[in-house]
Amino acid sequence: MAYALQQLINGLTLGAVYGLIAIGYTMVYGIIGMINFAHGDIFMVSAFIAVTAFTLLAAFDITSLPLAITAVLITAIFFTSAYGWAVERMAYRPLRGSTRLAPLISAIGMSIFLQNMVQLTQGARVKPIPPVLEGGIELWRTADFTVQVSWTQIMIVLVTIVLMVAFTWLITQTAFGRQQRACEQDSTMTALLGINVDRTISATFMLGAALAAVAGVMVTVYYGVVDFFIGFVAGIKAFTAAVLGGIGSLPGAMLGGLIIGLIEAFWAAYLSPEYKDVATFAILILVLMFRPSGLLGRPEVEKV
Amino acid sequence: MKKTLIATAFLALGAQAPLAHADLTVAIAGPMTGQYASAGDQIRRGAEMAIADINAKGGVLGQKLKLEVGDDACDPKQAVSVANTMVNKKVVFMHGHWCSSSTIPASEVYVEADIPMATVSTNPQVTERGLKNIFRIMGRDDQQGLVAGNYIADKFKGKKVAVLDDKSAYGKGLADEMAKAMTAKGLKPTLRESITAGEKDYSGIVTKLKQAGVEVLAYGGYHTEVALILRQAQQAGLKLTVMGGDTMTNSELVTAAGANSDNVMFTFSPDPRKNPDAAPIVKRFRDAKVEPEGYVMYAYAAMQLFADAATQAKSTKFSDLEKTMRGGTFKTVIGELAFDAKGDQKQPGFVVYQWKGGQYDYAAK
Repeated sequence: MAYALQQLINGLTLGAVYGLIAIGYTMVYGIIGMINFAHGDIFMVSAFIAVTAFTLLAAFDITSLPLAITAVLITAIFFTSAYGWAVERMAYRPLRGSTRLAPLISAIGMSIFLQNMVQLTQGARVKPIPPVLEGGIELWRTADFTVQVSWTQIMIVLVTIVLMVAFTWLITQTAFGRQQRACEQDSTMTALLGINVDRTISATFMLGAALAAVAGVMVTVYYGVVDFFIGFVAGIKAFTAAVLGGIGSLPGAMLGGLIIGLIEAFWAAYLSPEYKDVATFAILILVLMFRPSGLLGRPEVEKV
Repeated sequence: MKKTLIATAFLALGAQAPLAHADLTVAIAGPMTGQYASAGDQIRRGAEMAIADINAKGGVLGQKLKLEVGDDACDPKQAVSVANTMVNKKVVFMHGHWCSSSTIPASEVYVEADIPMATVSTNPQVTERGLKNIFRIMGRDDQQGLVAGNYIADKFKGKKVAVLDDKSAYGKGLADEMAKAMTAKGLKPTLRESITAGEKDYSGIVTKLKQAGVEVLAYGGYHTEVALILRQAQQAGLKLTVMGGDTMTNSELVTAAGANSDNVMFTFSPDPRKNPDAAPIVKRFRDAKVEPEGYVMYAYAAMQLFADAATQAKSTKFSDLEKTMRGGTFKTVIGELAFDAKGDQKQPGFVVYQWKGGQYDYAAK
């Protein structure tokens, strides 16, 4: 029982990270109906920015932990949003109105570009940072097993909850959220009503990148090691999460992330860790067979 | 007509020249340029010192040694062209190449030309192809699993040991060998699992290890994953001792795993600088401002091997040299060398090291 609880905590933490990245996929899909294949690499770039920022802070002897993490978060969000904006500007905007395949290919190109750029400028070797936040609390002690939650795990789950609440509010309650939803439904009509569609799309890319930046900082603090290739695995998993939850749906992305995190943790716990990816994708296929638009996705209705 | 005659005479003279002066040409080959150039530099310094020492004692069979240096930049194609050049220069012995991927194709050229070679490449395939000219003065990738497994079985008797690998050819091979050696000595692994390399989250497997009460982890794979597992184990309140292979020599492990790296042990070839018989040579290198680290002493030993074998065989002909090298024992700065039928060292030179405060040293026996 204690063992299962520990694996549940592991799964929730991992799922929260997947969910944060998945929201970036789902938001961009919602507004332009396309997958941003460079999103995983934006996440990777943010992790590198976080490593750089942590190293700089250490060089300036800033050791207060909350201060350091906040400073790193702000830096990472700022620069990563700029990357998100640049990707939209270079790979999507010039191709708006062309065939549907063109921006898909240019986004894959962007992904390869970012990966290679980081590999060449930062080197192919892993970049570690020394442990930032150590320790945790004992939740439950049984005769043969102690359930532990580390501060990092608590921080990841808390930050994710806060961001989810903030984003739901942003999308459902604010003027920007209304514009964003309007662009999703009908961008021509939205433009006719005097809303700057290009700017809304740019802002969506930047918001998605900002969430990826938070995930990047969390991953850097949690695992302590980054390399130029982490965007690929994380991107694929998060994309799967977005599809599983129903692409285009914000709570769906979070739910998808959590489900994938939990499947991975429990499969590794009770069955063979070798086959956990097989399990994850088998469940994705099963869900899509019975609910082609994902768990919380709305089926596409042809409007006449 | 006259010109042709002169030219012919000149050519004949040229052909005579190597016979006229009686030097023996030996060669080294390795990455003298490129990203592994530091290893090539070590080989060159070791070989130069050895040849100077041998010549100072009168050379081999009364002939002085002369060194040729080949640069393959660790590129298999360039390695083959270096090999052809060396064949043309009629070298009688080759130390190299360094990268297994260069040694393997180049050795096909040397075997055709009857040139014996001593290499430090560790891939099993180097000696598994039945070539009669190749001798390995370093251990094999698959021998270290045996050493590591025996060490675990002796040192951690009665403890729960998990064997894990990263599904790579190197990692799985090493983990299988470790598990086999442990089991043979009566310590059965509690868990035998594989993980996916390149991921970041190993909390699932860490929790599984904790549940099973595992204290020792025998791991086949690279240092990156070990660092992640150790960090996540610490967060989960699990104290693990890790036994790994030569990849754990990478100091990135210390940066990434922090103080946890003190729990990492690994197998690697013995440090020749610690060989008491080699102390005078080590001192000579240090006096010449060369730190005899890495492959320096191996290159020195390779030249000693050739000099010793040629002296014992009283010949530098391939058939005599090969027979002597295969049958004899040779005292070198890296210890006594003797070879089996494949050309591998009879004593697999692997010892167990342990990280301590960012440095590694021999682990307690």
